[in-house]
Amino acid sequence: MGLSSRHLLGLQGTPREDIQLILDTAVSFKEIINRPIKKVPTLQGKTIVNLFFENSTRTRTSFELAERRLSADVLNFAASTSSVSKGETLKDTARNIEAMKIDMVVVRHGAAGSAHFLSRIIDANVINGGDGQHEHPTQGLLDMYTLREKFGRLEGLHVCIVGDILHSRVARSNIYGLKTMGARVSVCGPATLMPRGIERMGVEVYHHLDDVLPTVDALNVLRIQMEREAGGYFPSLREFHRYFGVTKERLDRAGRPITILHPGPINRDVELSADVADGPQSLILEQVQNGVAVRMAVLYLLGTQS
Amino acid sequence: MTTTLIQKGRLIDPATHRDETVDILITDGVITAVGSGLAVPPGTAVVPMEGRIVAPGFIDIHVHLREPGYEHKETIETGSRSAAYGGFTAVCCMPNTNPAIDDESLVTFVMSQAKRVNGGIVDVYPIASVSKGREGKTLSPIAELVSAGAVGLSDDGAPVFDAKVMRRALEYASMYGVPVMQHCEIPELAKGGVMNEGFVSTELGLPGIPGIAEEIMIARDLLLAEYTGSRYHVCHMSTARSVELVREAKRKGIRVTCEVTPHHFTLTDDAVRSFDTNTKMNPPLRTAEDVEAVIAGLQDGTIDVIATDHAPHSLDEKEVDYLQAPFGIVGLETAIGLTVSMLVEKGRLNLMQMVEKFSTNPRRIIGRPVEVKPGAPACLTFFDPSAEWTVKTSDFRSKSKNSPFEGRTLRGRAVGIYNNGTLLQY
Repeated sequence: MGLSSRHLLGLQGTPREDIQLILDTAVSFKEIINRPIKKVPTLQGKTIVNLFFENSTRTRTSFELAERRLSADVLNFAASTSSVSKGETLKDTARNIEAMKIDMVVVRHGAAGSAHFLSRIIDANVINGGDGQHEHPTQGLLDMYTLREKFGRLEGLHVCIVGDILHSRVARSNIYGLKTMGARVSVCGPATLMPRGIERMGVEVYHHLDDVLPTVDALNVLRIQMEREAGGYFPSLREFHRYFGVTKERLDRAGRPITILHPGPINRDVELSADVADGPQSLILEQVQNGVAVRMAVLYLLGTQS
Repeated sequence: MTTTLIQKGRLIDPATHRDETVDILITDGVITAVGSGLAVPPGTAVVPMEGRIVAPGFIDIHVHLREPGYEHKETIETGSRSAAYGGFTAVCCMPNTNPAIDDESLVTFVMSQAKRVNGGIVDVYPIASVSKGREGKTLSPIAELVSAGAVGLSDDGAPVFDAKVMRRALEYASMYGVPVMQHCEIPELAKGGVMNEGFVSTELGLPGIPGIAEEIMIARDLLLAEYTGSRYHVCHMSTARSVELVREAKRKGIRVTCEVTPHHFTLTDDAVRSFDTNTKMNPPLRTAEDVEAVIAGLQDGTIDVIATDHAPHSLDEKEVDYLQAPFGIVGLETAIGLTVSMLVEKGRLNLMQMVEKFSTNPRRIIGRPVEVKPGAPACLTFFDPSAEWTVKTSDFRSKSKNSPFEGRTLRGRAVGIYNNGTLLQY
């Protein structure tokens, strides 16, 4: 039994069975990448292009590592977003990909829907590596993998996503995925960074961390983009840290152990204090390792479909 | 001398409350008789219209013909041909061209182009810019523009955001009897947005344009219109609250009129889930509640006009990611079909009301009424409200094909027009 789709464009609408299959498959890949010989021949002869219109060292290297460990041929295509017309570049590049007979495309782009756009115009399998503020499905999957590994389940788990929900594709993919898997999901952040109608996605909305912490199993702390301060979404980074920053003191007050996730890179002492980031409840580096395993699972499942 | 008999059509004329099957005899472009069973003089071309509607010529008071400056999207020739095949005998073209229509020579240019193309069958009435260069700072030479033929004023595509400039525009325009037609949008609230702000934008992670961006400006302008006593027209109204504001203002006697596009009573922001850039327009597609309110506004007369906001863009321009894509869709050739299918067929609007919104009301607003009676120049739209057809954008006469309605089956289609002494049947 394989995945129900040829592409991974997002976690919205991705069935529970597919998520389950990806997470289960990732378990074996995690085992493989902890062996002395980390490479398997599964995708030998397949060509994968990493099409990155936005800078992202982490996601790209994680995908590249996953692709190489599956023995695929890898092409990295980094297109500058500052070129005159991003859209034209995307379309033209897509046509080039078709001409070069690429099997799979991992695409990162600043516009929501760009992975959907690509999937409509090319034959290759498309994996969304982040489209604007829409979705980042492999991040959602690796976060779920990390939580499942820690807690043994996702069902009934209370996960709170903290920070800039409005601009976050990580938040959306986590909400879609976790809700599908039966978790309880909350979001916490300033009202100015909360998208309208988010409660209709089936999440609880909080504006004060102390209100939600006593019932939370895990916090997924989002990176706060420094330019949001200039954008007037909150008065200052200092105030943001004081009221929405996850600190040891605040966690201690909750009176229960709370697991910490962060998609990285961290702004230390802005959204997350250094002692929490490096503390015993932090699974941040585990996420990085799991990211490779989960991406291997996705590539494998899509790349070996009949 | 050429004589034409429009035979046994169902004449619907809101101006005279007529709804009856009649013959219309036209001689050299002028109606010579209206009645049943008219004698057919020798040499008369008989045009059978049984089962079809004959209406005073339809006008679309909100189209973008793109000329001068953006002829790769549309020209006055292709745009007016699109209008003719959509059943319109006249259009008003918006001044967001390059250069903007802010000078009498440009008004003259547009009008002379229109007379030159397509045998001049479609009247093109320019709307001139409110402010020089559409920059919202200083008034255009309004008196000169109106003398040259401009029928309204608008900076459409952008709002007149400065309240003082808007006040002066309303006051000044009132001397010449033309409406100020506002694209209502608070720029700071709408900036960066590409779709309606709401649950769907939240799910899609696309930046939103909130309804209040439109509503706040309408509220401000209504106060200005009340204060100055001037005529004010709201372009492409899209939200429930906007309808409410205008309804209340009309009740108070403020001189306000407004229009809605067919796409705003047909589609909701759910359509954006396809990420099809032909669902991107400004104002954006709103929610189901807004669609309901807009339809209620059409029913009770709050909304006077159906206008398409025909906004052609080339395929290359639209075939990009959603953030980059320009706003707007073409509308002239689907307007009648969408209105009949979404409103008339569903019993939301009767044919009399429909003709009112496509002809009587918009013509009154821009001061270009037509009459269906002996002695009047023949200006007529013919349409078949029961014709079923499937939208094929490749068949559009417009130079651009950017429509979200490709493949949609519609009921109601124009079958011809008569204007300026010329009959066009298709």
